[in-house]
Amino acid sequence: MSRRAVIQGTGALIFTFSIERLAFPQDGGPAAGAGAPKLPGSLTRNPLLDAWIQVDADGKITAFTGKVELGQGIRTALLQIVAEELEVAFEQVSLVTADTSRTVDEGYTAGSHSVQDSGTALRNAAAQVREILISEGAHRLKVPADQLRAEAGAVIGPNAARITYAELVSPNLLHVEAQPVSRLKDPSLFKIMDRPVRRVDIPPKVTGGQAYVQDMRLPGMLHARVVRAPSYGARLLRLDTGPIEKMTGVVKVIRDGNFLAVVAYREFQAVKAMRAVAREARWEETAALPRQSSLHDQLLALPSQDQVILDLHDSAGQASKTLEATYTRPYLSHGSIGPSCAVAHLSDGIMTIWTHTQGVYPDRQAIAQMLQLPPEKVHCIHVEGSGCYGHNGADDAAADAALIASSMPDRPIRLQWMREQEHGWEPFGPAMIAKVKGSVDAAGRIVDWDYGVWSNTHATRPGPAGSLLAARYMEKSFPAAEPKPLPQPEGGGDRNSIPLYRLPKARVTHHFLPDMPVRVSALRSLGAHMNVFAIESFMDELALAAGSDPVAFRLAHLDDARARDVVNATADEFHWNARSEPTNGYGYGFAFARYKNLAAYCAVALQVRVDQLTGRTRVLRVAAAVDTGQVINPDGVRNQIEGGILQSLSWTLFESVSFDSQRITSIDWSTYPILRFSSVPESLTVRIIDRPGTPFLGCGEAATGPAAAALANAVANATGKRIRDMPLNAARVKAAIGV
Amino acid sequence: MIELKVNGSSHSVSADPDTPLLYVLRDDLQLNAARFGCGLGQCGSCTVLADGAPILSCVTPIMLLEGRQITTLEGLGSRDDPGPLQRAFIEEQAAQCGYCIPGMMMRAQALLQSNPHPTDAEIVAQLEPNLCRCGTHMRILRAVRRAATLLAGPSEPATGIPPTSNAGARIESPDSEADSQNDARRRPAHSDRRERPER
Amino acid sequence: MKTRTLVIRSLWVFGVAGLCFVVYAWRSEIPPVDPPPHDSFKLASIERGSQLAALGDCATCHTSAGGEAFAGGRPVATPFGIIYSTNITPDPSTGIGHWSLEAFERAMREGVDRGGSHLYPAFPYDHFTLVNSDDNAALYAYLMTRQPVQAKVPDNELPFPLNIRFILAAWKLVFLRTGPYQPDAAHDEQWNRGRYLAEGIGHCGACHTPRNSLGAEIPAQHFDGGEAEGWHAYAINSDSQAHEPWSEQALQNYLKQGWHARHGNAQGPMAAVARNLAVIADSDLRAVSVYVASLIGTARPTAHEDSGSREKPGNDIGASIYSTTCASCHDGARALPFGGVRLELSTAVTGESATNLINVVLEGLHPPAGSAGAIMPGFGSALTDGQLESLVAYIRSNFSSKPPWTGIETSVREARSRNRD
Repeated sequence: MSRRAVIQGTGALIFTFSIERLAFPQDGGPAAGAGAPKLPGSLTRNPLLDAWIQVDADGKITAFTGKVELGQGIRTALLQIVAEELEVAFEQVSLVTADTSRTVDEGYTAGSHSVQDSGTALRNAAAQVREILISEGAHRLKVPADQLRAEAGAVIGPNAARITYAELVSPNLLHVEAQPVSRLKDPSLFKIMDRPVRRVDIPPKVTGGQAYVQDMRLPGMLHARVVRAPSYGARLLRLDTGPIEKMTGVVKVIRDGNFLAVVAYREFQAVKAMRAVAREARWEETAALPRQSSLHDQLLALPSQDQVILDLHDSAGQASKTLEATYTRPYLSHGSIGPSCAVAHLSDGIMTIWTHTQGVYPDRQAIAQMLQLPPEKVHCIHVEGSGCYGHNGADDAAADAALIASSMPDRPIRLQWMREQEHGWEPFGPAMIAKVKGSVDAAGRIVDWDYGVWSNTHATRPGPAGSLLAARYMEKSFPAAEPKPLPQPEGGGDRNSIPLYRLPKARVTHHFLPDMPVRVSALRSLGAHMNVFAIESFMDELALAAGSDPVAFRLAHLDDARARDVVNATADEFHWNARSEPTNGYGYGFAFARYKNLAAYCAVALQVRVDQLTGRTRVLRVAAAVDTGQVINPDGVRNQIEGGILQSLSWTLFESVSFDSQRITSIDWSTYPILRFSSVPESLTVRIIDRPGTPFLGCGEAATGPAAAALANAVANATGKRIRDMPLNAARVKAAIGV
Repeated sequence: MIELKVNGSSHSVSADPDTPLLYVLRDDLQLNAARFGCGLGQCGSCTVLADGAPILSCVTPIMLLEGRQITTLEGLGSRDDPGPLQRAFIEEQAAQCGYCIPGMMMRAQALLQSNPHPTDAEIVAQLEPNLCRCGTHMRILRAVRRAATLLAGPSEPATGIPPTSNAGARIESPDSEADSQNDARRRPAHSDRRERPER
Repeated sequence: MKTRTLVIRSLWVFGVAGLCFVVYAWRSEIPPVDPPPHDSFKLASIERGSQLAALGDCATCHTSAGGEAFAGGRPVATPFGIIYSTNITPDPSTGIGHWSLEAFERAMREGVDRGGSHLYPAFPYDHFTLVNSDDNAALYAYLMTRQPVQAKVPDNELPFPLNIRFILAAWKLVFLRTGPYQPDAAHDEQWNRGRYLAEGIGHCGACHTPRNSLGAEIPAQHFDGGEAEGWHAYAINSDSQAHEPWSEQALQNYLKQGWHARHGNAQGPMAAVARNLAVIADSDLRAVSVYVASLIGTARPTAHEDSGSREKPGNDIGASIYSTTCASCHDGARALPFGGVRLELSTAVTGESATNLINVVLEGLHPPAGSAGAIMPGFGSALTDGQLESLVAYIRSNFSSKPPWTGIETSVREARSRNRD
C-alpha cells in the first residue's frame, strides 16, 4: 500500500512533489532513492530482514527499529506487532530502538510516521520471517509448507510435529531481502495487536527504575553544564576562568570561542560553577528581535517564497456571502518537562553519545561534522528523555556533551540543560499568519476559497553541523543551514493548509519565510495546528453566515467516507444535536481534520464556559473520535489523542513565547504558564473507529489542530465574538466581550 | 557529613550542606524517581515527602532535613512488589512520557495519607503545583481515585466521577511475580469503547 | 425626690428614648421593581460601573470559592461570628433583581436593604456612604446587567443579640457618618478625587485602619494598619514602615502591577485587589496614589539603633538557611516581577508585623491559572517551626535596621494553624 494510492483516492487534489528529496527528510518519512524496490514502509531503505528481526539460539526474538520511544507508547506497539505476526508470546520479544551501531536508519521519530513506516516494516518483516521459518520447518519435516503453521514460537505440523524457532534458525537464514508482499495475519485472528496491552515502559517509571537518559550513571562520570550566551549571536568578550577553576570540585572550564561549559565532580558543584561563569562572563549582544506587539505585521513584511499548492477552477454557484479573516499564532515552546540531557564518552577514538534525540543518525552526522570525525567514529544511542513534541533541545544537548567530552577523553560526561536554557534556546514552533477569503452560495455551499499561510520553516533539525548550537558558537564555527520548506504532500508551515472539503474554486498559497528572527523548528503537528485552527474557525464563520449547523455544514462538504464517520462519531459521542442554546457563558465548538490529509482522521467537540468577569475560558466537556487505520494498541491511541487535546488546549488558551528587543524572556514556567490541573476538563472521552486490515495511520499529532479550532469555535459560540488570534487567553477574551 | 533518613534507612552523605536534596537523592543515593524539571520549585517533578508532607527537593538544601523522614517513590514499592499507588498508576496506564509522574504520585500519597477519601476538587487542588506537559491529567486523576480505592479498602470514595472512557474497568490485584510484559499480556488496561463499522 | 417618682420618671425617659430609637432605627421597605432590562442602561454607565466595582473589589467578597461571580455566599470571619456575603446578581428571588436604584443607593449610603433591614458593617457602608449618586447609578447599571444567579446564601452565624439586625442602628448612630463625599477645599481636585475613591468605594481603611471592640474603625488611627484574613495590612500613613517612602508613581505602579521592585509584592487579600486595580483608568489610580502618598509623606522612617540583634543566637542557623535556600532567587540577578524581591526593600521585612513574611515563606506565591507571574514555592513542609523562626528573625535583623519582631513563635504557630484549615 503506497501513500500515492491513498492520495489519488481523494480526487481533485493537485500537488507538487519535490523530485529531489532531502537526504534526511526532516519529518520522519522514508526517502526512497531513485530506482529502489518498492517495499512496505521503511523496508524500502533497509530491505534485509535480519536488520529488523533476529531469532537467537534460545528462541528469543530481538526486533530492531530506527524509531524511538518518546512516551507515545511506540515501544509497546512495535512489540505487539512483532509478537503477533511472528506468532510468539509478547514477552518473548525485545526491542532495540535507534542506535547507530545496531539498528537501521529510519531518520527521525517524527511526523506520526513511526507506526506507518517502522510498524509497517516490522509487521511485514515479522510476517516474512515467520514464513521463512515455516518453509525451513517444511524442509526439516519434509512436509509441504501449506500443512504447517506457526504458533507459540514453533512451527507445528501434522502428527503433532513441532520444531521451535530456536531449533530452526541458522546463521544467515534471515539475511535475505524482504519481498514486496507479505502474508499478513488476518485481523480477526489477532491475539495481541488491536489490544490495550499495558505499556512495558510504565512499571519502571512508576517504581523508580532507570528509565531516562537523565538516570544514566557511568563509572567515573563527571557532571557538566553549559553556559549559554544571553541572546542569539552574542559574542564572548571577556571571562576570567581562573577563579572558577579554583571552585570546589571543578575539573575544567571549557572555553571554545563563544561556547562555554564547566565540568565538575558533583552535579551541584557544576551548577554553582555555571552560575559563577554566567555572572563573570561579559558578552557583546547584537540580537535584534522583532517587536512582540507587532510581530505578525513584521513577519508579513519579510521576503517570502510563494508557492501555490492548490489551484482549482471547477464550476461553482454564485457567491451569496463572502467573508474574509486573518488568523495568527505566536511562537510556541515545546516546554519539555525535563530539560534536555546527554551523556557522552570519548574512548579509544570512539565518541559514544547517549541522547534522547529523535534522530540518532542525523544527529550523529552533524556531531561528527562538528568534531571533524568520520561518522563511524561517532556512536549515538537513543535513551528516553521526557516528552519532546518535536525538535527540542535534545540534539543540541548531545552536541554540547560531545564537544565537552572531546576535550576530556576517557571521562564520561553528563551534560544537563537547565530549565532556562531549555526554554530560552529550544527551537520554537513558528509564529504564523493565515489569511482566508471564502464565499457561500444561497444554498450554503462553499463556492470559492482563497487561503494563504505565512510561516518560517518548521524544520531546522540536524542536518548539517550548523544546525547545532555548539557548532555555531564554537571557535571554528559552522554556519546555520539555509532553511528550506518541507515539500507537499506533508508540508511544513503549509501542513494541512489544503482542506479536505469539497471546494470547487480554491487556491492555497504557501508563503515561505526564510528569515528567522527567532530560532524555530518542528513542534508537534507543525503547521497543522495553525492551519486547522484557521480553516476550521473559518468553516464555522461560513456556517454561521449560511445559517447552518457547524457539523451539518462540514458533512455537506465532506466526501471522504471515513472523514464523515469520524465527524458523525464525534457528534454522537458529544450529543451534539442535544446541546442547548448557548447562554450564560456556555458555548460549544466542533472541528475536524485529517492529519496531513494522509494520516489519522480526528474530530473534537467541546463545551466551554467563558467567565464574564475575567474572560477566562473553562473547558468543561470534550469528546473526540479518531480513525487511525489498523489499531495496534487502542489505549495507546486514546492516550495520544487525550494528550494531544490537552496539550493543544494549553497552547491555544495560554501560551506565547515572549521576548524583548534582544532576548527571549519566557524562560521558565513563571514566564511561560501552561495548563495546570485547575484548567483540566471535567470529562474527556475518545472513541476509536476501528478499521481492521487497513494500513496504519499515524495519530500522535492528529488532535492538536481540531482541539484548537473547536476551542475557538466554542468561545465564539459562547460570547458571540470571534477571536482569531492565539492564545485565546483571559485578557484577549475579556477585551472582546467587554463589560 | 550529614545524616539523612531516606525510605527508612539512614545515610551519611558527604555533599555540601547547601546541596539541594534532589542531587543527593539522585547522585549520592542513586534514586531515580525524583526528577530535575526546573530547579526553581515551579513544576513539582522533584517532589518527595518529608515527614509525610510534600517538599520540592530541587530547592530544599539537605541541611534543612537532618532528622526528618524522607520518602521517595522508591519507598512506596518496587518493580516486583509495587504498592497500591503504583499499582493504580500502572492499571490506569497513567503516563505518557512519565517524567512528571513520580512527583504527581508523591503529592497524591501525601493527600491520601491525610485524606483517604478525597473529592475530585481536593485531588485537583493537591496536584495543582505539579505540571504535566504531555496532557496525561485525566489519567493521573483517575489513577489517584483508583489508588484511594485500593488504599482505603471496600468503601468507595464519594467523588461523583463523571463517565469516562474506561467505565467498568476491573480492579484486580496484580500477580507480583509477573514482569511487565506478562502482566500486559494477560490483563488489558481497561475496556475501551470502539466501533467496528460494517465491512 | 421620692424613689417612686425617680423610678417613674426614669421609666418615662427610657421609654421616650426607646421610642425615639425605634423611630430612628426603623426603615421602611422600598417597593420592589421588575428587574430592569439591560437596554435601559447606557453602555457608558455600565462601563463606569465596572470600573467602580473593580475599585471596590466587589466580586472578591461577593463570590464564594467555586461559586458564580457576585452570587455571594463567601464567609467573612469577624470577631463576632461569620457573616456570609449576599447575592448581588440581579436574580429576582435570591439576588437584588427587585431592587430599584433608590433601594441600591440606600444600601450604599445608609446600610439598609430594600426590605428595611440594617446591614452588617462587614459590608463597609461606612465607606460606601461617600459614593455619590452618579457613581451609585453606574454601579447599579453594572450589577443589574450581570448574569442573574439563583443562589441562596447560608444564614449568618452570629450569637444573640447580634443576630438581631435592629440593634445595628445603634452602631450606626455612633459610628456612621453618612455621605456623600464632601471635598476638602484645602486640597486640589486630583487629591480630592483620590480621597473620594480611596475612602469611598475603595474602602482602603476597612483593612488598613485598626478597629475598636465594636468592630468600627478608629478615626484617630486612620491608616495605622490592620488585619485581614490572617495577613497584615500595613500602615499607609506617616507611620509607614516601608524601606523608603512611597512616591506617587511608585504607589501607582504597585497598585496597577501588584508589585514594586523597591517595596515588594501584593499578597494575601491585596493580591486580588491589585488584580482588580489593573483595569482601572490611570487617572483614577493616579488620584488614589496622590492621596495616599500625601498621607505617607516623604519623611524617611527614623533609623533605629542597631539593637545588637546580629549577635543573637539562632542567627547562624537563620543565616545559613537564607544563604542556602533563599539567596539564589533573592540575591539573584533576575528582576521583578519574576525574580525574588530584594528583602531589604520589602515592607514584608521592614514592616511592623512578621505575619506577612511568615505567610509567604510558608505558602509561596502562585499566580492565577494561565497568567504569567512570579512563582515562589512554599517552604511550609520543608522548614520546621524552629527553622522558620530562626530564618524570620535573621531576615529581620540582617535586612532591616528595625528592632526585632516580638512574638515570632506565636505568629508562626498562628500562621501554621491557619494553613491547616
